Amino acid sequence: MFSQQAEKRIDELLAKYPQKRSALLPILYVAQAENGYLSDDVMEYVAQRMGLTYLDVLSTASFYTMFYRRPVGKYVVQLCTNVSCWLMGSDHIEKCIERKLGIRLGETTPDGKFTFVEVECIGACGGAPAMQVNFDYHENLTPDKVDQILDALP
Amino acid sequence: MEKVLSARFDIPNSHTLDVYLQHGGYRALQKALTEMTPEQITEEVKKSALRGRGGAGFSTGLKWSFVPKDSPKPIYLVVNADESEPGTFKDRPIMEKDPHALLEGMMIAAYAISSHLAFIYIRGEYWYLKERLEQAIEEARARGYVGKNILGTGFDCDVIVHPGAGAYICGEETALLESLEGKRGYPRIKPPFPALVGLYGCPTVVNNVETIASVPPIIVNGGDWFRRLGTEKSGGTRLFAVSGHVERPGVYERPLGYPLKQLIEDCGGVRGGRKLKAVIPGGTSAPILTAEEAETITLDFEALAAIGSMLGSGGVIVMDETTDIVQATYRSIKFYEHESCGWCVPCREGTNWLVKIFRRLLRGGGTERDIDMLIELSDNMFGRTHCPLGDAAAWAVAPAVKKFRAEFERYVQRRVSVAV
Ligand SMILES: Cc1cc2nc3c(=O)[nH]c(=O)nc-3n(C[C@H](O)[C@H](O)[C@H](O)COP(=O)(O)O)c2cc1C
Repeated sequence: MFSQQAEKRIDELLAKYPQKRSALLPILYVAQAENGYLSDDVMEYVAQRMGLTYLDVLSTASFYTMFYRRPVGKYVVQLCTNVSCWLMGSDHIEKCIERKLGIRLGETTPDGKFTFVEVECIGACGGAPAMQVNFDYHENLTPDKVDQILDALP
Repeated sequence: MEKVLSARFDIPNSHTLDVYLQHGGYRALQKALTEMTPEQITEEVKKSALRGRGGAGFSTGLKWSFVPKDSPKPIYLVVNADESEPGTFKDRPIMEKDPHALLEGMMIAAYAISSHLAFIYIRGEYWYLKERLEQAIEEARARGYVGKNILGTGFDCDVIVHPGAGAYICGEETALLESLEGKRGYPRIKPPFPALVGLYGCPTVVNNVETIASVPPIIVNGGDWFRRLGTEKSGGTRLFAVSGHVERPGVYERPLGYPLKQLIEDCGGVRGGRKLKAVIPGGTSAPILTAEEAETITLDFEALAAIGSMLGSGGVIVMDETTDIVQATYRSIKFYEHESCGWCVPCREGTNWLVKIFRRLLRGGGTERDIDMLIELSDNMFGRTHCPLGDAAAWAVAPAVKKFRAEFERYVQRRVSVAV
């Protein structure tokens, strides 16, 4: 189901921990990177691969916000709106991103390029307001900076 | 000002092993493994009055001493790098700029508790730091500071970096262990405490990143030296993460017992010369302080507890006079509602109820009774949940309502309303 490289990575992860199940979260990251999101088929496959049931995998995966159970955009734009970011104007940045992308919080652009979501504190309070685009941090956001960041994405 | 934890932050390539070695790195590990017994290390840490930097402030040496000496099961060390308390970003620079300080502290701690496998549980968002830590481990392993036969002493300890996946509750130590076992991050009932029954049912010590990074300087300079940097009961310095309305937000190392007012001034003061309105001193779960309280309080566990707040994670959030406390508190409670794991009723239902009342107030449809209800509900949640997340939510709300009631009344009198 996955690329050879991903299969190899899964084998390594299964060998790494004293108990195999500990590898579940890291393996779900591999699965998500392969498929874009965790479909039922993907979770079923991960379950087989790990000797778990589909429900074991689903119940764990569904607990964590970084695992997507529906397709998301190529870039997930994650704006922090928690206290420190809010104090520094994340509300305004939120409106700028909505206008720029033409979608509301929680939506994906029709071309599938961007999904815009709100996240809880990402530990970037000293550089508030802040956002993460996939795994990349962007801090001290201003409307211009947001434009530049989003425009620069291929 | 003595720099203990941030001494290397500004040195170019401080994250590499060579630079770390040039600046005194791994001397403490050498000393610990060749000149000290595990008991002596634990005693030195006790003497230092080092208290946990993750939130609860428990004595680190005491925690280590709870681990059984003759355990037939393996013993694990787990470093809590989940760093998810809003306002907290102080573990980030340690892992980014000084990862070997963390590794060195881990190896000393592991030796002290006889652990041969240690974990760093790091929040998934910090992916770049996970990679940085893995590089540091590779470097350290290649040169004999981590892994087999460390520094030729026969002591073995390896490290696994484990990513979380976006769940604040996984910072709570027992929920963290569940998550590390590949399950939902539901807290466990305590006792038994992890020191006896932790990861995979084995004795486990869970410590915060900053706590562990404080260990090498304690070993090199002695516990008494460290304690004298801070106050009698809160030894040492710590990294304060300052955010919000100050001119220069960031991570500042200061001794425990440092005046909060002075810290704000060190950050350039309140932005634009405005007046201070309120400060949250230790991450959003620490009860908010008024400007008057902030004037005189010192930053240590005892002083803050004495006025009904806490030092917590050392995340200092500063709010100037333009801040709407009702909206700020709503951001906090919305967080706790989102992050409640849902396992126990008072937290799941209580946080949800609080959010609903806040929305009603903010939209201009609230009543005086709603304001009282915020306090009643918080009081009813406090102490009645399986883990302290419920307490944190209650603490984020009740003191704000009590200390800034007039602001809540403005919404009831419909003089203001906002879209939420
Ligand atoms: C809801 C909740 C979240 C927590 N989050 C963190 C965290 O992100 N990092 C941390 O080190 N401790 C966190 N803690 C505290 C841990 O449970 C634990 O006390 C700490 O990791 C112990 O290490 P220390 O003694 O070195 O502070 C949290 C506690 C609670 C109740």
